[in-house]
Amino acid sequence: MFKQLCVAAAATVFLLGNAAPSMAADSPVLTRIKERGTVNMGHRESSVPFSYIGSDGKPQGYSIDLCMKFIDAIKAETGLADLKINYVPVTSQTRIALMANGTIDLECGSTTNNLTRQKQVDYLPVTFITGTKIASKKGSGITEIEDLDGKVVALSLGTTNEKAIKRVAAEKGIKLKTVMVKDHPQGWLSVETGRADAYASDHVLLYGLISKSKDPSQFQVTGRFLSYDPYGIMVPRNDSTYRRLGILTLADLMRSGEAHKIYDKWFNPGPTGINMPLSDTLKKAFEIQALPH
Amino acid sequence: MNYNWDWGVLVREPYLEWLTSGFTWTIVVSLTAWVLAFSLGSVIGIMRTTNSNLLRRIATCYVELFRNIPLLVQMFLWYFVFPELLPQDAGMWVKRGMPMPEFTTAAICLGLYTASRVAEQVRAGINSIGQGQRNAGLAMGLTPAQVYRYVLLPVAYRIIVPPLTSEFLTIFKNSSVALTIGVLETTAQARQIEEYTFQGFEAFTAATVLYIIVTSIVMLLMRFVEGRVSIPGMISLGAK
Repeated sequence: MFKQLCVAAAATVFLLGNAAPSMAADSPVLTRIKERGTVNMGHRESSVPFSYIGSDGKPQGYSIDLCMKFIDAIKAETGLADLKINYVPVTSQTRIALMANGTIDLECGSTTNNLTRQKQVDYLPVTFITGTKIASKKGSGITEIEDLDGKVVALSLGTTNEKAIKRVAAEKGIKLKTVMVKDHPQGWLSVETGRADAYASDHVLLYGLISKSKDPSQFQVTGRFLSYDPYGIMVPRNDSTYRRLGILTLADLMRSGEAHKIYDKWFNPGPTGINMPLSDTLKKAFEIQALPH
Repeated sequence: MNYNWDWGVLVREPYLEWLTSGFTWTIVVSLTAWVLAFSLGSVIGIMRTTNSNLLRRIATCYVELFRNIPLLVQMFLWYFVFPELLPQDAGMWVKRGMPMPEFTTAAICLGLYTASRVAEQVRAGINSIGQGQRNAGLAMGLTPAQVYRYVLLPVAYRIIVPPLTSEFLTIFKNSSVALTIGVLETTAQARQIEEYTFQGFEAFTAATVLYIIVTSIVMLLMRFVEGRVSIPGMISLGAK
């Protein structure tokens, strides 16, 4: 009996004593961050105002601020006070591959969380909700996708918007001419130079592009949402310990109202004057995702 | 690596069709550009070896201009900037009216760029023959055009078959730059498959294999040409 108690006590001491390290030990991502003393953060270069290069040459934006909170939590979890951040620029084409091959430990951009992508990566809770809309010149007579019949629309290669526009056009029998572009600035340039009549993208990005164009009063964002695009911070898959740490961080931010404050900093009106107050849908999403401890 | 492999994606529709169509565009863009590059490059290269100061200067300017600007930048300039320099109607025609604007722009841009490189090789080929044969031809009463046609060029082209082969290979690989202006060639389609299925490693492996196949065929073809046109005792293949 005494012997058994001793064993039990020893086991308890052993488990408690090792509780903190074993937490990180069953997480391959936390383990590799700890070994390197560096966290590799993927970021975008022109996703205004989520993740873009600021005038000081450093990545900044709404997603970056949220990620910094996550990185603070990683610091506390691994006990690395001097954890270094290595910024890795990614594009819409490279982000999944760089996450799958372990180059980046988290991606802070404007990435839609969808089920196909979840075959290769995991996501933290939804931090923004948008959808596909159409930007065109004012006076072009374009409001809905139906008005694009016979017109030229620019689409960014490999985006959810491209799929959404092609799907809706096929369903409705709308004949589109498409110009494929490689990124948002090129898509926008196509509209500005008249090569395309419209550019289809996430509505928030379109407002961002317009706010940075030469004459914002010339352009408009119109139409109904043609897709549902919830954004989330991307993390490697098959690592629930690491992912839970991210969910916990974001849930705390959403519960305390700090997520709302960070949102207002970038969107209401935000450094580029994008002027998008927190929508009711996103407000509800924050409330629902603020899981209790 | 934290990755779900799925090679089946390559033979599934519509992805197989995308790859096929991408491969076709790679071939069409490259061959069109090569025809332009070879003909224009020959003319420019010959101009650089003539006795006329003016012609030589024009050709030199062309070569230095097109050879020294990165291909990616040239693509961008032809696609976005060039139409803005034209009168409005002509600009709109370039942007929308002409058949397949992206393809046409890409083929012309790639052709003009490669022409500057071909020109240098043609010039090198002609210069390697030396002044003696030219003078001999002129002394026999041939006109300068006849000297080029019957004396210099037949030998020069034979000499430059090996470097031309690598230009011909390069044009297939450079054609992937056309994706930046929206031509959906092999590399673009591989990216597209990646974006739809997130099986990027499989898609790019397929693209790599396709490029290797086409460049191997070109290499065999050019080796055959080299063997057929060689003159026994001349520099080309002279060692054999």
